[in-house]
Amino acid sequence: MIEFVAVEKWYGDYHALQAVSGRVELGEVVVVCGPSGSGKSTLIRTINRLEPIQGGTIRIQGHDIHAPGRDINELRAGIGFVFQQFNLFPHLSTRENVMLSPMKVAGMSRKDAAELADALLTKVGLAHKIDAMPSNLSGGQQQRVAIARALAQRPPLILFDEPTSALDPEMVGEVLAVMKQLAGEGMTMMVVTHEMGFAREVADRIWFMDAGQILEDAVPEAFFTAPRHPRAQKFLADILQPRSGAPVA
Amino acid sequence: MLDILHRYWTLLLVGSWPNGPLGGFAATLILAGAGILISFPLAIGLGMARVSPLSLFRWPATVWVYTFRGIPLIMIIFWAYFVVPAMTGFKVPPFGTALCAIVVYESAFLAEIVRAGLNGLPPGQIEAARSIGLSYGQAMRHVILPQALVNMIPSLVNQFVSTIKATSIVYIIGVEEVTFAAMQVNSVEMTRALPTFLVLAGYYFVACASLTYAAHRIEMYIARRRVQPAGQKPIVADAVEVAG
Repeated sequence: MIEFVAVEKWYGDYHALQAVSGRVELGEVVVVCGPSGSGKSTLIRTINRLEPIQGGTIRIQGHDIHAPGRDINELRAGIGFVFQQFNLFPHLSTRENVMLSPMKVAGMSRKDAAELADALLTKVGLAHKIDAMPSNLSGGQQQRVAIARALAQRPPLILFDEPTSALDPEMVGEVLAVMKQLAGEGMTMMVVTHEMGFAREVADRIWFMDAGQILEDAVPEAFFTAPRHPRAQKFLADILQPRSGAPVA
Repeated sequence: MLDILHRYWTLLLVGSWPNGPLGGFAATLILAGAGILISFPLAIGLGMARVSPLSLFRWPATVWVYTFRGIPLIMIIFWAYFVVPAMTGFKVPPFGTALCAIVVYESAFLAEIVRAGLNGLPPGQIEAARSIGLSYGQAMRHVILPQALVNMIPSLVNQFVSTIKATSIVYIIGVEEVTFAAMQVNSVEMTRALPTFLVLAGYYFVACASLTYAAHRIEMYIARRRVQPAGQKPIVADAVEVAG
């Protein structure tokens, strides 16, 4: 489904991704974790070309996505992307947020797009908020609308960039529940998150990143019980049992 | 002062119309209105070009903005008045000359307002718009501009008000607008300059204050429609008064 081959990314002199290689299979849920600044968000942002890369290849279903002449809008239309800050369109209602891509990109009629939006908003548990404006929704509700908006593209793949990091703790569960449901339906997902409970329960594999490299690629059981890399061991120790007073990674 | 208004209000309002060309305050409003109507779409294009990733668009727009923001309007009017006929061989009527000068000048200022409005949106908006598959143009049209233009309203109104007043200097090339009419009144009355120009100020004030008030109402309407989160007051530009 997704294949990274020796991907290199620089921000000026800063080497953000260092020869990153890996594969995500169709229907798989891969959780990417690691300390801040390790390149997790950068990595998933390269998949829909929000970030250009300076070396290597990224293929989606066999097609090189950074190839010159590649239709970037078509590429992005086939990939859902859920942002940390939700990024709903504040001038549009919940339903209109979800309808925009089906109407303008897929060429669906207004009526069909509205039906699709209503069905998807119902699926994420927001049937009662269909006409609400984003600013009237809680963070958890906004993020669920954002997931519905991504689903409206009918993508085979959804990328989640720290989807619960901007949420109040009591709202994290409702968003993770929706993501878990999608995973159960066979959606291919790549999720950058610090929610280790979600990773353990839902992920097929876990990528541990630090300093722009994937240091560990393991099934959750192996990763959580016997991390091989010393930095993964330290990360897990910090995040799962924060010592009092010590900063949580 | 009232006797001046009483005696000359038609001259100040419409010039010598209907026995001659339409002038006076009507001409001022037509000049300002046409100036805004033409320069604003031009400015949206220029403002978008200013933030374009393509230097092909960015550079000419930047040169345009720097040039015409850096020159007094009166210079542009003079150039248009003397240079354009000399270059083209056509005699352009004063009204057309003035309109061109105002469009060129105001488009540069409005373009900067548009640029600031576009830059003022969180980068996540364009990222989200592009991520759902919208093209750059679609993202601008459906996501970015509708938000940015609303945010720009206070600055735009400020510039529109300033445009109405800027038209007052075109009397120097003989455009028969309200300041031109006031000069005529002044030369007839000889010693009544102060009340004459107070009446003239009144005409401008009514137009500019009405525009500011109308914009205030529009902002209130938009703020009500797009209900703000609890605890966050709608951003309404009370700060924008008749200025410029």
